[in-house]
Amino acid sequence: MKQSTMDHAARANDFNRDEERVNWHDETLWWIRQKRDLSVNRLPEWEELREAASQIKHNALSNLHGYLQAFEANAIANGVKVHWAANADEHNRIVHNILKSHGINRMVKSKSMLTEECHLNDYLAENGIEVIDSDLGERIVQLANEPPSHIVLPCIHKKKGEIGDLFHRHLGSAEGETDPQVLTETARQHLREVFLTRKAALTGVNFAVAETGEFVVCTNEGNADMGAHLADVHIAAMGIEKIIPLRKHLSIFLRLLTRSATGQPITTYSSHFKTPAAGKEMHVILVDNGRSTQLGREDFRNSLKCIRCGACMNTCPVYRRSGGHSYHSAIAGPIGSILAPNLDMKQHADLPFASTLCGSCSNVCPVKIDIHDQLYKWRQVIVKEGYAPEAKKLMMKGMALTLSSPAFYRFAGKAGRTVMRLAPFAAGNKLNPWYNQRDMPEAPAQSFAEWYKKNRL
Amino acid sequence: MRIGLFIPCYVDQFYPKAAIATLQLLEKLGLDVDFPLRQTCCGQPMANSGFEHLTGGCNELFVDNFAAFDYIVCPSGSCTLHIKQHLHSHKNEAAATAIRGKVYELVEFLTDIIKVKHLEASFPHKVGLHQSCHGQRGLHLSQMTELVAAPYSKPMQLLNMVKGINMVPLKRADECCGFGGTFCVTEEAVSVKMGKDRVEDHVVAGAEYITAADLSCLMHMEGILRRQNSPVKVIHIAQILNAAL
Amino acid sequence: MSSRSNILAAVLANQPDNSPLPDVSIFNDLYTSEDAVERFIATAMGIGSSVHRVAGIDEINKVISERFTHGPVVSNLSGINNALAVDDDNYHAADVELSVFKVRLAVAENGALWLTEEDIQKRVLPFICQHLALVVNAANIVGSMHQAYERIGNARYNYGTFISGPSKTADIEQSLVLGAHGPRSLTVFIID
Repeated sequence: MKQSTMDHAARANDFNRDEERVNWHDETLWWIRQKRDLSVNRLPEWEELREAASQIKHNALSNLHGYLQAFEANAIANGVKVHWAANADEHNRIVHNILKSHGINRMVKSKSMLTEECHLNDYLAENGIEVIDSDLGERIVQLANEPPSHIVLPCIHKKKGEIGDLFHRHLGSAEGETDPQVLTETARQHLREVFLTRKAALTGVNFAVAETGEFVVCTNEGNADMGAHLADVHIAAMGIEKIIPLRKHLSIFLRLLTRSATGQPITTYSSHFKTPAAGKEMHVILVDNGRSTQLGREDFRNSLKCIRCGACMNTCPVYRRSGGHSYHSAIAGPIGSILAPNLDMKQHADLPFASTLCGSCSNVCPVKIDIHDQLYKWRQVIVKEGYAPEAKKLMMKGMALTLSSPAFYRFAGKAGRTVMRLAPFAAGNKLNPWYNQRDMPEAPAQSFAEWYKKNRL
Repeated sequence: MRIGLFIPCYVDQFYPKAAIATLQLLEKLGLDVDFPLRQTCCGQPMANSGFEHLTGGCNELFVDNFAAFDYIVCPSGSCTLHIKQHLHSHKNEAAATAIRGKVYELVEFLTDIIKVKHLEASFPHKVGLHQSCHGQRGLHLSQMTELVAAPYSKPMQLLNMVKGINMVPLKRADECCGFGGTFCVTEEAVSVKMGKDRVEDHVVAGAEYITAADLSCLMHMEGILRRQNSPVKVIHIAQILNAAL
Repeated sequence: MSSRSNILAAVLANQPDNSPLPDVSIFNDLYTSEDAVERFIATAMGIGSSVHRVAGIDEINKVISERFTHGPVVSNLSGINNALAVDDDNYHAADVELSVFKVRLAVAENGALWLTEEDIQKRVLPFICQHLALVVNAANIVGSMHQAYERIGNARYNYGTFISGPSKTADIEQSLVLGAHGPRSLTVFIID
């Protein structure tokens, strides 16, 4: 996939060149937020469920060392082969080695954000292995040679006309065909042939149960099951934070996950994989890739509670108006902005600033991650680590100096509100981005302090 | 009860009418209000930009100015929240801690501390209420639409006491306006688009005025309205609550 | 050192002090089973399933014979007309028009039904068929997922899945389309 070096603001600026598309993107995601609201308001116990889920995840993270080993032992006893990958590269090599050992060079894959994070498809392609993504949205972005723009709705940025063109070029649908029903049927026929002929299938993991060694995969399309059940080899890739302690905890998470994601009461399929089917192989890859580091960051470890529902993206007023690709990270939106700096702080130094800190993300989060507070804290870390632009550092030092001194502040203020020229939105001249599409308030004759001195002292 | 009036820097400089209305409103309620002249800024613009370590000077100044008061009242939810969450002092942490517990945004001070039941105010206009995020999600001035919880609104509780006012319903009751401090220039495209969409919601609802408990949001929306040559105006909630009969 | 030991060592070094588990039993009794059948029907129909309350196998056969006439029918239930047994060798899974399974658990709050490998024998069957029919006794419909997992308990299964409705996608401009990869329809028969 193409990776350019533009930051979030520059990409968002590009996205906003087509205002009609921004409106459409915003309205589409807001509609999903509204479906979520309708759905969760049917459960009077919703807030208690969120609290329980949060506490279970806290427990899981605080005992992760033990739970990982329990999961591993139980999975092995179930007949599953368990692998450990310290980073993306090792994860990719493990997948490749499993395929090589079976002489397999074509694989079908259902949705796994972890494999996006690890850039597995690129790695396997370089090694001569063809991967076909089977989730409809993922297949669409794969045909477009783009990464997903949303973790639950991978092609939410694409209009049906663009999808029709892709399908016409790659899958032979009629030119100009844009009916979602017809296009979905085209993909169904195309992918059915893929499912029936691939000997290996890779899936993600939504939850892995330490108590039993089983793992749960949720889809609406049934593509994870179609791939896994028809293949000889099933590889499930999971971050180490996907562990939950007990099977009965699935009740909490399965109630929260899809209501938060799309407003459905549950995904169409919630499949519990425990043992390989007779005569078949099942592998689980436990991937760290920075997670154990994040676990050690007290201010940021709670981001590992995430169950990848995407609710924070749907509610985020910035995400809705900048698009998932503006975040230049496998996971976009507010949650992506607190996960990505852990992986590469320099490359993702802009992301915690791509927010107004409005706090809506933290409120919709089904596991109560304090997302907007972590965005604020990442900003402090990024500046301290030296990743702030020089101009910004100078401006901030100037502001701090002026605002620490009442005398300078009053003097500056008298000179025609000049103190406020230090404020970012007012700084100086018409080249300031504030003025592109906004006016400044008219400067009043006197400040409040001046009025107060005349009228109250 | 001695009240220290905390007027954010940009309100002091650009919106003195809102500050005057806040002072007059508190005085009308028979309160003893003082405005410490050596105040400047709460330090939030630096902190939200990642430079909280540069806010020490602002913090010490704030403690010096306000430690002596029983309550500190501020016509800005955002600045109030910043003080509540981040005020610390090397010289006098006990005073800083006390301040964090006794600083109030104007609306919550009126509803929760003074428990205002009646206001002599009149504002015969159609008004849209903008829920500023820090006041709402930070200080809980109103219930948040994301939560499964009983609705309430402290600003509406006060606005409903104003004669002749006609509050218009919005499609998105508590979406952010996109100001966001330095976000408004570093992310100009998204900031402006958010502001335009927020303004549009009020305009479509027929509002003559957009009000809020935070002028930073209103300044942003006013900037967009003025560029559009819109007749719709912004007004701080204190000015409505203080509007004479 | 292996990645396994490195990861475990890093996790042990970095994990915080124990945080206790909450008591999740408080959610178990929030939903009574009294109106579970009615709530199941409303929810299941809301997510695109068709639901029939039937007295027995004859009514099931009547519905099936009216609606599914294009290909082989496979079932784990005896008495389904013209149905092949799941372990019959004379069909290809990919050709199956309708799979009919008797299941032992369904959930009112989300219209989901619980199938295990024991019920279906071949894991792919409920997914690859063009249409799926599931049969459940009314007494086996519980109110919530909490009650469902209480029923499942420590049961041993190799594979189990909750299925709620037909396979679906809304990936193209959020337009809901039934029949993404799996069954184009789900018919639920509730035996009173």
